[in-house]
Amino acid sequence: MAKTWETPQMVQETGFRWSRVVVYGLLVFFGAIYLLPLLVMLLTSFKPLPEIYAGNMVALPRHWTVEPWVNAWTKACVGLNCNGIKGYFWNSIQMTVPAVVISTGMGLLNGYVLTKWRFRGANVLFGLILFGCFIPFQIVLIPMATFLGRMGIASSTTGLVFVHVVYGLCFTTLYARNYYMAFPDELVKAAMIDGARFFSIFRRVLLPNSGPIIIVAVIWQFTNIWNDFLFGASFSTGTSAPMTVALNNVVMTSTGEREYNVHMAAAMIAALPTLMVYVFGGRYFVRGLMAGSVKG
Amino acid sequence: MRIVVAVMALFGVQLARAEEQAVEVVHWWTSGGEAAALNVLKEDMQKRGYAWKDSPIAGGGGEQARTVLRARVAAGNPPDAMQMLGFTIRDYADEGLLGDLSSVANKEGWDKVVPAPLAKFSKNAKGQWVAAPVNIHRTNWIWANKKIFDELKISPPKTFDELIAISAKIKAAGYIPLAHGGQPWQEATIFDSAVMSAGGPAFYKKAMIEFDPAALGSKNMEKAFDQMAKLRTLVDDNFSGRDWNLATAMVINGKAAMQMMGDWAKGEFIKAGKKPNVDFLCFQYPGTEGAFTFNTDQFAMFKVSEKQAKGQLTLASAVMNPSFQETFNLAKGSIPARTDVPDTKFEACGKKSMADLKVAIKNDTMLGSFAHGHAMPDAMKGAGYDVVTKFFNHPGASSAEAAKEFAKAIEAAK
Amino acid sequence: MQTPVMTEQEARAPAGSVTQPAARVGWSSPRGWLQQQLPRLVLSPTVLITFVFVYGFILWTLYLSFTRSRGIPSHELVGWLNYQRVWNHPRWSVALHNLAVFGILYIALCLVLGLLIAILLDQRIRQEGALRAIYLYPMALSFIVTGTAWKWMLNPGLGLEKLFKDWGFANFKFDWIIDERMAIYTVVIAGVWQASGFVMAMFLAGLRGVDQDLIKAASIDGASLPRIYRRIIIPQLRPVFLSAVVILAHLAIKSYELVVALTGGGPGYATEMPSTFMYAHTFTRSQLGWGAASATMMLLTVAAIMVPYLYSEVRTVRSRRQ
Repeated sequence: MAKTWETPQMVQETGFRWSRVVVYGLLVFFGAIYLLPLLVMLLTSFKPLPEIYAGNMVALPRHWTVEPWVNAWTKACVGLNCNGIKGYFWNSIQMTVPAVVISTGMGLLNGYVLTKWRFRGANVLFGLILFGCFIPFQIVLIPMATFLGRMGIASSTTGLVFVHVVYGLCFTTLYARNYYMAFPDELVKAAMIDGARFFSIFRRVLLPNSGPIIIVAVIWQFTNIWNDFLFGASFSTGTSAPMTVALNNVVMTSTGEREYNVHMAAAMIAALPTLMVYVFGGRYFVRGLMAGSVKG
Repeated sequence: MRIVVAVMALFGVQLARAEEQAVEVVHWWTSGGEAAALNVLKEDMQKRGYAWKDSPIAGGGGEQARTVLRARVAAGNPPDAMQMLGFTIRDYADEGLLGDLSSVANKEGWDKVVPAPLAKFSKNAKGQWVAAPVNIHRTNWIWANKKIFDELKISPPKTFDELIAISAKIKAAGYIPLAHGGQPWQEATIFDSAVMSAGGPAFYKKAMIEFDPAALGSKNMEKAFDQMAKLRTLVDDNFSGRDWNLATAMVINGKAAMQMMGDWAKGEFIKAGKKPNVDFLCFQYPGTEGAFTFNTDQFAMFKVSEKQAKGQLTLASAVMNPSFQETFNLAKGSIPARTDVPDTKFEACGKKSMADLKVAIKNDTMLGSFAHGHAMPDAMKGAGYDVVTKFFNHPGASSAEAAKEFAKAIEAAK
Repeated sequence: MQTPVMTEQEARAPAGSVTQPAARVGWSSPRGWLQQQLPRLVLSPTVLITFVFVYGFILWTLYLSFTRSRGIPSHELVGWLNYQRVWNHPRWSVALHNLAVFGILYIALCLVLGLLIAILLDQRIRQEGALRAIYLYPMALSFIVTGTAWKWMLNPGLGLEKLFKDWGFANFKFDWIIDERMAIYTVVIAGVWQASGFVMAMFLAGLRGVDQDLIKAASIDGASLPRIYRRIIIPQLRPVFLSAVVILAHLAIKSYELVVALTGGGPGYATEMPSTFMYAHTFTRSQLGWGAASATMMLLTVAAIMVPYLYSEVRTVRSRRQ
């Protein structure tokens, strides 16, 4: 069955051009507001420091310079190492990718179990898992540190991956469970009649149609893990620190000078992988195959 | 391909570590200037045969670093050395987590060259050295734009009333009298000086260092809050949340006349190419002339294995090396923690600071800064911050009430 | 071929449940037993993790809140002292008030904006990808730095107010961030900016999964567009609302970085939130006992609101399916 782009009538004939204008107009209006801080950051990152100190934050630079960007990548001081933030990217990727994959995978399976394999107490368990989403990380920092220390992984990528999987599970489970809730049971039953079992039902029926929710979960997890500071700083040392720690060190100088332009450039560089995930994930935001199928 | 390269890089790092011993240091000196200053120490350590493993955590004047430290201590892998201030050192020493530096301290005679009020924070309850001080900062400074002062023909005020008088002139001429950043620690920094000025060093000692309840709620404290209230009228409307270095920039650019800030502000002036007594003036807050409110950064050493301990002792010795103390503090803007370092290379404000220090030690007016954790423990300091910042942000509040609240808050946090 | 014994049972099962309670069915082989237990086995790591690392740690915090812990945990019990001290602390009442204001506005605005923009984007827009990226990017940027940008933009002397004044609107005033009563609303603005894009993404995913047949049927019946949205599409998005509310509530509670970067808790401590209160006392001020007490109170408040909501949502879905 071909992918169909069915949307309610709004967008079909010429008679409704006005509504198109309104739609685009609103989107552009909101878009402009959302872009405003980015504009400030970009402008600042291309200005020399004296101009920034002179005060007007929303003004165009009088002297454009790309030096802040070069500095951020190669020369900014993260402590005594003044080699920019480039060295820390790999650390973050090493930690984020496994954590995202594991937590999303487990979350999907959890959602599958909770919605298609109902057993007594499933909803209670879901509620209990869900409440875990609210726990602030400051509470768990010390006990978790003690635990990781005893396990011997307190200062390693494994430890960080573990921590992020643990505290990401409630979210991925939430997303998957709610998404699969709306997934037609008939498809699952049909597959079961055909003889498929637990994992193959998942692999053959649910997974191919899970594009949108996988992307939502991945976006959430990737963003949070990539941007996490507290765990990253507490469970790593020296040059194996994640990139957020490096960014934080570049930006949050206390009694030293603050090169705001380098900070902005560094922050934008640091956000690139996450933005790429958003952009590439976008193509999965299409209507699912199951929409409208099987009923007949 | 990238994976191969990354693996090779990992491998390379591991190989290097196997050859030389490393000392891991946690600190928050991450700006370019501070890094350059600290690099001197790293090179010194390398000459002595130790690699430097840098684990900096910036933010909040060490707040984030302290949080991370707690996690690391809980996990059982503290760093070898960590930058610490004031009572934090005592806290960790009392928990038995810091190592003993007595051997190197006694050999090099630290007690003779480090002022006693400072050394109090470097030692544990038993009187053993557990930390090596790096510098001494002074907080009761006012930094002024000389051009404005010359233009209006005013000179550094000797009394608080004079300060108010010249501020009126400054305001009339269209400048902002006091550049201030509205963050609790900045208000507390000014409060240090206000208390000292209102009641003198003896009162400051009784109230802030001995937290005598009578002193804390006394008329002198009221006077201190009165001064804060008057200072509130000298700042511009947009002071809330401003970073301290943007306030300094206002003075450098001639928009404001004065800033009350510790001597790290001097670094901003120097970086902008300004010279003391030529472009900017440095003088004490009126009424605090003979007093020296200090805070100091130290490297506290954690209890580690025998092998690591040798590296720590070497680090401690390197930190206290007079030539390092000189180089570092020249770059940082503070003054050495050793009193026997010559002041020849320091500029005018640094020289004044070092001379004042010697006098203050003799007269027992070298007192720890409340705002920067060298007068009362963190819990009480935090409680005090709350009262001061709330008062500063409510023009028209009663000073008498504030003084009482201050006393109560400190009591409750004991 | 090994057919699971359960299949026929399921085929006869009432609509809405795929399996019956497995215990009453016989197994044709050990493999069958494994298949039956598989769902529980798959779920159990998560359950175990949640019990240890969430509830276990909550219990630990609860215990700490009754002790005289300062810099490190102590085991000296002091009853309700910490709770009394926190409750009477002026900053705590400010924090609670701010949490209520911020929480409600933040969740409501993000839901409304997120849903609105998702619906707009769902209209077969060209350049949907680019527009989506514009709404999503705020979440990608670490608030350590975007906080500074917002702080400048909202500062009257540096940002928007100055800009408008320079353009000639001499009476334009936008000094909320330095105003004690209004500062919390600036936190709302920055927060909504950051999170609404993600809510939009969730709603978009949800919209793309809506059953098309119902819509077709309704439009054939002549229902107007707003009606279709209101009566058919939005109700089908109910699970998405659940996810969104949980996410937003979680973000509102965890909003430490946002507050610190934007206002530092100021002016004074007018934008204090329970998260900043807790962080300050647990770590900066070496008052673990107070920090634990405040954390417990915060969690109880959250539970008081979230548990009924979660219960009603989870329950409704179940009863609807039966």
